[in-house]
Amino acid sequence: MTISQPKPLEEILGYLGAARKVFLIGCSDCATVCQVGGKDQVEAMARTLGEHGKIITGSLVAEPGCHLLELKRLLRRQQQQVQQAEAVLVLSCGTGTQTAAAALPDKEVYPATDTIFLGSVQRFGQFAEYCSACGSCILERTEGICPVTRCAKGLLNGPCGGTSAQGKCEVDPEQDCAWKLIYDKLAARGKLDQLTPYVPPQDHRTRPGRRSVPREGEAA
Amino acid sequence: MRFREALASGKFVITAEVGPPKGTNVEHILEEAEHFRGRVDAVNVTDLQAAAMRLGSLATCHLLRERGHQPVLQVVCRDRNRLALQSDLLSAWVLGVENVLCLTGDYPTLGDHKGAKPVYDLDSVQLLAAAQGLNEGHDLEGNALDGAPDFLLGAVVTPGGNPVEAQVLKLEKKVAAGARFVQTQAVYELEQFARFMDRVSPLGVPILAGIVLLKSAGMARYMNNNVAGVHVPDPLIERMATTDNKVATSIEIAAELCRQLRRCCQGVHLMPLGWGQHVPAVLEAAGLS
Repeated sequence: MTISQPKPLEEILGYLGAARKVFLIGCSDCATVCQVGGKDQVEAMARTLGEHGKIITGSLVAEPGCHLLELKRLLRRQQQQVQQAEAVLVLSCGTGTQTAAAALPDKEVYPATDTIFLGSVQRFGQFAEYCSACGSCILERTEGICPVTRCAKGLLNGPCGGTSAQGKCEVDPEQDCAWKLIYDKLAARGKLDQLTPYVPPQDHRTRPGRRSVPREGEAA
Repeated sequence: MRFREALASGKFVITAEVGPPKGTNVEHILEEAEHFRGRVDAVNVTDLQAAAMRLGSLATCHLLRERGHQPVLQVVCRDRNRLALQSDLLSAWVLGVENVLCLTGDYPTLGDHKGAKPVYDLDSVQLLAAAQGLNEGHDLEGNALDGAPDFLLGAVVTPGGNPVEAQVLKLEKKVAAGARFVQTQAVYELEQFARFMDRVSPLGVPILAGIVLLKSAGMARYMNNNVAGVHVPDPLIERMATTDNKVATSIEIAAELCRQLRRCCQGVHLMPLGWGQHVPAVLEAAGLS
């Protein structure tokens, strides 16, 4: 799940600037679960912008907002409303905003949210960051707890000296020390020898930024 | 005597730490090191301690080396990727620095540039492995070096870590990666430390127990609340709280710790945090000068 949170309205009004006619795009998946870009939030944004003098030419909730072909198909159905708009506001994650920008190369496309992390839904409205999409998963040896993401320093060979007596991280006392969690789980399962092998540095060629699958020239 | 020879001799080894200044004024740190001359076996130079931007450890080590000290270059993983770390190690070697202590490094948000990008491209075990690779004539990718260093590599450990067994497992990896000496986080609880020593003695690596000079009861309480793995027992806090002479009591406590630690490990690592001028008195009171 891509976790996003709403941007302050002033910021959105700031970059919409003089553009009066606005088309809104929400997303049926992550942004709906995060309550930043579902049907309800798109309608609420339409009302709010209306109160600030904007004219909403139309809106849609993409299924999902990061699906380029699907989004293009939906946009074609509302072509006229999209054409009238001077700006498109996307209530989705950063990927959704970029997908909309790619689908509408001639339009000004703006984000209504800040995308904060890839997370797990703990309960309604509560999310935890669990994955960095680093491209080289080691969860098989860390009992399903990712130290790349959940250790502040992303350490691969065990804890630093910053685990508090309460088992929290010295960087953020609200957060559990990932290595304490990993250690306790391995200890309970009698698998501490799993911590013994040296773990080499990560290959950062698998890290975020400009990745695509399949790469150009490869078969899909 | 070179630091590696002091460690190999089996004698009780003493190291002390200096922290480079925030700026270019090096007189004070050089003066502080003069207090250690002839009294310690090596002088550690911290690497942007507490994640605060300062003069570098490498330049300071070079100045100390020129003046006949045995510096220990502290290297943390926070600020440099594997290219820069290995390159700086080679630079250290050609400037005459042969002792290196590898650490993870405090997180940027604990320091004075809280928005800095945390690097941690290598962790401390991987840094030791990289440095050991340089010793063996190759870089992390296995490429041959034209001229190799011969560093004496050190590691750190937190004897009061939670859980300590996770610290021990990591220390074992550090020794396997190339660590030949160990300097610990501050120790105040001797029973806990003795248990830790029972666990790590089989590693066969000299352990130097860390001693931070207490400056006040407030500082002790601050460490208890904010420094993971360090716990100053109440009786020591009480002594600092009730004394008429904080310096004298601080020296007395540090000297007692030195004497007691002498029975269970191969050395002490003094962290005076700016009170370097009192190190000679600590060592004298401990019967170590």
